[in-house]
Amino acid sequence: MAGVIGGLPDAVLQFAYLIAGILFIQGLRDMTHPRTATRGNGISSLGMFVAVAVTVLWFEILSPLVLAAALLVGGGIGAWLAVRVETTEMPQLVGLFNGFGGGASALVAGAELVDLTASGGGLPVGVTVTAAIAGLIGSVTFWGSLVAAGKLHGLVGDSPVSTNAGHGIKVVTLLLALAGGGTLVVQPGLVGGGLAEIVPSYWVLVVAASVLGVFLVVPIGGADMPVVIALLNSYSGLAAATTGFVLDNTVLIVAGTLVGASGLILTVIMCESMNRSLVNVLFGGLGSDEESEDMADIYEGNISETSAEEVEMLLDVADRVVIVPGYGMAVAQAQHAVAELVELLEEDGVDVEFGIHPVAGRMPGHMNALLAEADVPYDKMRELEEVNPTFSQTDVVIVTGANDVVNPMANTDDSSPIAGMPVLNVGEARSVIVNKRSLSPGFSGIPNPLFAQDNTSMFFGDAKASMQELVNVYKESR
Amino acid sequence: MTLVQNLTLFVLSAFVGYEIITKIPTNLHTPLMSGANAISGVTLLGSVVVAGSGSTLLATALGFAAVVMATINVVGGYLVSHFMLDQFSQRGK
Repeated sequence: MAGVIGGLPDAVLQFAYLIAGILFIQGLRDMTHPRTATRGNGISSLGMFVAVAVTVLWFEILSPLVLAAALLVGGGIGAWLAVRVETTEMPQLVGLFNGFGGGASALVAGAELVDLTASGGGLPVGVTVTAAIAGLIGSVTFWGSLVAAGKLHGLVGDSPVSTNAGHGIKVVTLLLALAGGGTLVVQPGLVGGGLAEIVPSYWVLVVAASVLGVFLVVPIGGADMPVVIALLNSYSGLAAATTGFVLDNTVLIVAGTLVGASGLILTVIMCESMNRSLVNVLFGGLGSDEESEDMADIYEGNISETSAEEVEMLLDVADRVVIVPGYGMAVAQAQHAVAELVELLEEDGVDVEFGIHPVAGRMPGHMNALLAEADVPYDKMRELEEVNPTFSQTDVVIVTGANDVVNPMANTDDSSPIAGMPVLNVGEARSVIVNKRSLSPGFSGIPNPLFAQDNTSMFFGDAKASMQELVNVYKESR
Repeated sequence: MTLVQNLTLFVLSAFVGYEIITKIPTNLHTPLMSGANAISGVTLLGSVVVAGSGSTLLATALGFAAVVMATINVVGGYLVSHFMLDQFSQRGK
């Protein structure tokens, strides 16, 4: 017996999947421009609807109630989370959703194995191999994403820790997972009797991979989260694609692979923007203890402090202003105050742009998303390569909540941990205002000679409060 | 479908993905990620089949959990991207 439209030839199902695949690809193509991106997202979701609807109608559904309940529960939770999320909580939510996708892939592969075993059909090698891969990637994605989301939400400590014990656990759990997978492939019926039905070797793999996922992400620091989130994104796609191999489902393979490619490209972009290898981000951990003495040397007597009034005077005579936001702006939720300042400056004929470093924030494009929320037009947001040549013609640069991404040491000191990292050369501007709560180092743990430069003034304070104060002072003096 | 046919599909999709994604501007990387994220919830198809037709209680239960998780991923992912993209198009015209 088959589903509602299951009597039709198999080609119909495959054709519907082809359409869904085309919609996914077209949806992504529309994402290449902000004007068409909303439509693209809609097209992509239509593809998903087609794929799910056809699947539900096609296959024999023994327990429609169970299925309907699951869809309702999942849809409800997803919609609820999406509606109530604050823009500042976006990175952890994206991470969380990601994890669910990966987890679902691992569970589906497991359920398929259980099902095949129960129906007495035996487990073909093609199925066990791909199920093992889906289980491994899916479980790592699920637990890794939960930890990443926890770190971003402040539930798990976000400082980088690299210990030998941690590396040991990773190696042991990886070997255990591989052993589980190997057993599944070579000798699926290793355990006889009642236990065989639940395919124990697969679950050994899942548990080991889960522990591995946790220990992979726990040691990684908060500022490296853009890489981790992008990588886990890629994993969840790959998990879906391998599940497609298990189930012989074409659209799963196509869509999963698209996501895998997308996540991987973002990961590579993030790593290149820090001039670090993926291995270094995942397993390195930055050393940061020895530098504190230089810091005093560099800063001693060279720091000039400024006030909102003084910044306002600089802005009054400026023709071109560039704002460089960082994670501090996100934490303080200063984007609206910043946007208001930009609007005021523009009304007075000042040319204002944003210089956005690729790894500013906690996920790829984080600053852009925050500024878009505050109604900043996207053509004002400039990438590093575009904005760097313009700093020498810029009167005032306001750095708010950023540190390492404007550290000139990346260009000048080969021994520094950020050597070779592309940075925003804000020091070339006539005046630099650095809005920061204190002189404390950024994620890399090194001092920033920019702060001690003659043309730099420190505007100490929380990003939101400082920017709001600046807006008020600017308004009064008009 | 044979393994080789599936592999063909996998490799070709990877190339298509690479070509498209590299053209997406930094501005849109966050919505891209959450949108791609929603697409990865396509594993929902597999969950639907297993949950609906699982021959044992265990398979059905696993399928149920998988459907819930995948649907959260799909619905939440698309909605979040939609809200974000709306903010991009509001003023950038």
